[in-house]
Amino acid sequence: MSDLSVSVSSTGRAASPTLPEAPAKVTVRNLNFYYGEHHALKNINLTLGTNRVTAFIGPSGCGKSTLLRIFNRMYDLYPGQRATGQLMLDQTNILDPRLDLNLLRARVGMVFQKPTPFPMTIYENIAFGIRLYEKISKSEMDDRVEKALRGGALWNEVKDKLNASGLSLSGGQQQRLCIARTVAVRPEVILFDEPCSALDPISTAKVEELIQELAEDYTIAIVTHNMQQAARVSDKTAFMYLGELIEFDETSKIFTSPSDRRTQDYITGRFG
Amino acid sequence: MNPIYVRRRRKDIVVRGLCIAAAAFGVTWLALILVTLLYNGLAGLNLEIFVADTPPPGSTEGGLRNAIIGSLIMTVLGVGIGAPLGLFAGTYLAEYGRNDKLTSVIRFINDILLSAPSIIIGLFIYGAVVVPMRGFSAIAGCLALAVIVIPVVLRTTEDMLLLVPNALREAASALGLPRSLVIKRIAYRAARSGLITGVLLATARVAGETAPLLFTALSNQFFSLSLNKTMANLPVTINNFVQSPYAYWKQLAWSGALLITLTVLALNIGARILGAERTAK
Repeated sequence: MSDLSVSVSSTGRAASPTLPEAPAKVTVRNLNFYYGEHHALKNINLTLGTNRVTAFIGPSGCGKSTLLRIFNRMYDLYPGQRATGQLMLDQTNILDPRLDLNLLRARVGMVFQKPTPFPMTIYENIAFGIRLYEKISKSEMDDRVEKALRGGALWNEVKDKLNASGLSLSGGQQQRLCIARTVAVRPEVILFDEPCSALDPISTAKVEELIQELAEDYTIAIVTHNMQQAARVSDKTAFMYLGELIEFDETSKIFTSPSDRRTQDYITGRFG
Repeated sequence: MNPIYVRRRRKDIVVRGLCIAAAAFGVTWLALILVTLLYNGLAGLNLEIFVADTPPPGSTEGGLRNAIIGSLIMTVLGVGIGAPLGLFAGTYLAEYGRNDKLTSVIRFINDILLSAPSIIIGLFIYGAVVVPMRGFSAIAGCLALAVIVIPVVLRTTEDMLLLVPNALREAASALGLPRSLVIKRIAYRAARSGLITGVLLATARVAGETAPLLFTALSNQFFSLSLNKTMANLPVTINNFVQSPYAYWKQLAWSGALLITLTVLALNIGARILGAERTAK
């Protein structure tokens, strides 16, 4: 990560020959977003391919996190924020005001910038989400918790202390606990909002590896400030600037021969 | 040495000396009060205090059993009524009504209630409960204490819930938790020690309240568990006995005062320990 020049890593997904176009999981059409009077997102059009990793890059304030928080209607927690346009998750209209947000969020999970373990045991952190939607026996629950923790690449580190507080883990472990917790409720889409910006390089590598594994089963969107990270983990990359989607293409194309001047300037570090 | 620095250092010494003197002045009086209380209270503290009821005038035996039990009942019921109301109201302010105009109005009124003299609250319950019920009663005392508990608990509940990071609420919502569960299972748990501290401090506050009970529960020379009758309690008993000419009554008043002080001290220490746990995390 010390190397500032952006090259597509040989281990990254993008290095593999371009994957066939995946069927759309999430479709965004003419999406606009407002913080009160402020027009934060302007006419966004893109699709998230099923079981693909889509990265969102761009300078701070370009609207990439804002866009991510529309996919699970997180903005609904706050007054004065609204979205217009069309946003489809398969056949479901995400922007439908009558949509049950809890059910939507069970289908579209989210991992945040800062690890947010709940103030309870490691086991409970996982079981908690499962219990919301399923009534299962203790032994089944044990299985599901183990599977989720394995899915979060955390099982080997915590299997002997499942009853310890989730807050007792290190930052990187906490973040993987949050990923395991998200995976445990079996969502269809997972949103990552700068999941590694609070982590050290080793934890970052683990989380990145994990994201690639998760793409086997989930559709993934990741917001990142780290261009190498976008290059390493994603199939497609969207470059955003001042609330607009400037360029959206195969990751290998974005990082080797972007078609827009602004994308070129950004990935070569000339601004942002 | 640099004269500006010398002058500044001299000023610093003077100001520091004044601060220490002011602190010592305050603590001295507190220490004197506590020492006097311990000296006089311990002299009369014996088993009889806990097993015998308050004596009739002139008697030289008897204890405070009815007053201790009465205080216990009314404090527990007062907190039992007031604390949940304060918790729910505080939850509304911090969680549901965070962006409501009503919230700032409620908070303002609550702050007034918080600083209202307790005798006013006693008079209010006298007018609202004692007069219509045609008599002093323990239940009126409980209600008066509850009215004192509510604003204290409401304030700490709101403050403690506002300390819970929003990221935690978002994370819980992102899992598909309905709002009520986000509050109950996540916010309450994260703020638990703070919420308990608030209730403990409110309990400590009402344990020694005299004025609101003077107009409501009054006192009772005899042991009574009925909520419809007057009920003995430590603060009013102390108030009455201290003003009496009987030496034994005065002694009982000292012991009662010591009991209340020790209880309040224990509650405060408990709250402190919980508070320390919270910051340690």
